[in-house]
Amino acid sequence: MQPVVKNLPLRFTTMKKNIIGIFALLVVIFVITAIINPKFLNAYNMQNLIKWSSLYGVMSIGVALVIITGGIDLSLGSVVGLVAVVLAFLLKIQGLDPWLCIGLTLGMSILIGLVHGLLITKAKIQPFVVTLCGLLIYRSLGRWITDNQSLGPVPLEGDAGYKNLEEIQGLDFIFSGKIAVGESFNLPTPFLFLLVLGVAAAIFLRKTIWGRYLYALGNNEDGAKYSGINTDKMKIIAYVLCSLLAGFAGLLFAFELDSVQPAQTGEFYELYAIAAAVLGGCSLRGGEGSILGVIIAAAVIRLIYNSINMIGISTHLEFGILGMVILLGVIGDEFLKKKMNQRQLAKT
Amino acid sequence: MPENSPLLAVRGLTKSFPGVLALRGVSLHLHKGEVLSLIGENGAGKSTLMKILAGVQPPDNGDYLIDGEPVSIQNVRDAMERGIALIHQELNLAANLDLAANIFLGREPNKKGIIQEKKLREDASKYLKRVGLDLPSETITGTLPIGKQQLVEIAKALSCDARVLIMDEPTSSLSQKETETLFEVVKDLRNQGISVIYISHRLGEVIELSDRVTVFRDGENAGDLGKGEINHENMVRLMVGRDLSEFYDRQIHQPGKTVLKAHEIISPSYCDIPVSLEVRAGEIVGIAGLVGAGRTELLQTIFGVTPALGGELELDGQSFRPSCPADAITAGIALAPEDRKQHGLVLPMTVRENASLPSLERDQAKGFLNQEAELKIADRAVEQMSIKTPTIEQIARFLSGGNQQKIVLGKWLAMKPKLLMLDEPTRGIDVGAKREIYKLMEKLAGEGMAILFVSSEMEEVLGMADRAYIMHEGRVSGELSREELSEESIMHLATGSEKSAA
Repeated sequence: MQPVVKNLPLRFTTMKKNIIGIFALLVVIFVITAIINPKFLNAYNMQNLIKWSSLYGVMSIGVALVIITGGIDLSLGSVVGLVAVVLAFLLKIQGLDPWLCIGLTLGMSILIGLVHGLLITKAKIQPFVVTLCGLLIYRSLGRWITDNQSLGPVPLEGDAGYKNLEEIQGLDFIFSGKIAVGESFNLPTPFLFLLVLGVAAAIFLRKTIWGRYLYALGNNEDGAKYSGINTDKMKIIAYVLCSLLAGFAGLLFAFELDSVQPAQTGEFYELYAIAAAVLGGCSLRGGEGSILGVIIAAAVIRLIYNSINMIGISTHLEFGILGMVILLGVIGDEFLKKKMNQRQLAKT
Repeated sequence: MPENSPLLAVRGLTKSFPGVLALRGVSLHLHKGEVLSLIGENGAGKSTLMKILAGVQPPDNGDYLIDGEPVSIQNVRDAMERGIALIHQELNLAANLDLAANIFLGREPNKKGIIQEKKLREDASKYLKRVGLDLPSETITGTLPIGKQQLVEIAKALSCDARVLIMDEPTSSLSQKETETLFEVVKDLRNQGISVIYISHRLGEVIELSDRVTVFRDGENAGDLGKGEINHENMVRLMVGRDLSEFYDRQIHQPGKTVLKAHEIISPSYCDIPVSLEVRAGEIVGIAGLVGAGRTELLQTIFGVTPALGGELELDGQSFRPSCPADAITAGIALAPEDRKQHGLVLPMTVRENASLPSLERDQAKGFLNQEAELKIADRAVEQMSIKTPTIEQIARFLSGGNQQKIVLGKWLAMKPKLLMLDEPTRGIDVGAKREIYKLMEKLAGEGMAILFVSSEMEEVLGMADRAYIMHEGRVSGELSREELSEESIMHLATGSEKSAA
């Protein structure tokens, strides 16, 4: 017997169209911007675009997992901020071993996700409420630890108090370095992280039983439970992965930014990430979405931001344009789904 | 006797829903002062026809005549104006208002917006008397038992000058006493010249009440029975389209060892009522009772959805205490739930994904999906259950109720359970698929599986069960062997006419 799925389920064909659509959007904006302002294509801008898209992409993967279960995570930006702040604080003020600092901050992210998951599944509190409170709590925690002073994990010139300067420089390369590709182009290392994490997440969702469980419970939690799936455990896993990825993005941001602002770093990032997930084909009702779509959508969001600057549109319009594009994208997606459903119904 | 043109008639009515042709040109007529019973298996099209008659849904095609005149009935208001009223299965009364307010809700006698209290009460009392309710019109509706509320609903319909009352399973949640009262009222209304269309699964009631019976099968007319022809055999023959013995093809197996033993278990919904029962290998055991008797809750407790508060459960002699469905499944229990769209399937997923869902963990390769095993399960389910689907990649939502139920059964058979529990296994399923499901139950029992099923369909319990427990208000009110099973003996126990087990 040939274990080959010949007729892909409707969900996948819709999803494929969605990915083609969002990719087309990316190309269109890219080309238009390049025509209007050729400077857009220069190596420096491209490197920046790839770097920021990668950072957004990593966050969006996490929130996509949660959205697929039918949940939401609003605390993501605050987790990014808190991780960045704590990392800088431990390195600079406490002078701990850098690897230990990374371990501690990632451990903290896992703990945050675990608490979210337990509150949502065991205490039965709505995800929106749990993570909204998280958003407020983690942000304020970061400001309190540092007395709201900005600080950076990477020593700047004249910075005092670093004990492990060399090691930190090594980490700096890993998390926000550049690898020369060709003569004038440097590939930012966050892109490699995005690649690895994206592939891993896609395999997790499509090829493992747990990925199947996430889709099943996102579509019909009772149905999944009646089929013997431990839905609580799967939801907790999704929230843990979401916070862990947010924490990891926090590390990347911290090394990238050099200077962490406790009140600002990561602010609104949860909204960018949710926007990317939705534009990338996830339904907030749960049970739908693909990693590839979400990553491309994260790039689109970053690209729009960049294009507005490059074309010379007032930056005051930035949010407005972003909102319009996402809205149109989602309307298009719904329209597509409706059409595919009708076609399917016509067949039966 | 009726005059030449009937009060109400429909001809060649068709109605389709996405994927289903619910009515394929049905006809029906009703005379003044006649009680017409509409019977048929689930999915035969009774509910759809009734909704069209009452204007809840418009038909796709066909004629609707009142007093011989063609009419167009597009909504409930049109139907009401012509004197056709639907008495809903779920009552639509405001529990917090008094009887008079409910009867005239939206039609209060008023002068410039000010309600004429005296007239309201007088009129309300008049209609309450007509349905045999001797209660002050100030009574708060919610304080009345369900049977009396139903009479209020009828009074409300009469106050709109209804000439035709359509009653959908009016006795499904009534006690025997309440049912008798309702019948008195219906007979009384008939004598006053009101026509009644009566829909019921309980053939005993149909025999008692009807002047004529119209039988539906798979969205078509299957035949009419006049007063003298209304009996059990005739009705069932028309409903299923063949003889009863052939339809429920049962061979009685010598039951093996006890598979499930529940000793005084307490489900959270009835926290002071212990329930005991037993199912043996190769045995098909039914649980009968009225809606709300605690049957579904009992199955859910055995399946670990609502874990037992007390008592003991044994499976194959081993004590077990499921705290979630996963525990029960691991122990070897499967449940095809009553609400298959909500609990049985993940509708937006494919046949393949649904069929393999419980088996994924068992067949996994270190966490990865075992695609080969998955395809095998799906193919086998389609073949074994003869699921009618273009491919195994079809989304479950697009299949008919019967095929959806077959997916549910297919997914459990892949788990090779020791005990298969079925909650209303043939609800909303056409006759053909129904027969296949009965055949499968018979085959599985023959192979030694223990089967426990809940059914509200009398025929199903009588036809399929080797033995049945009858439940009433949370407790097992009796146990009947195949020889003792009859419509009368079940109803007797199900309505609580007898206090405890015989």
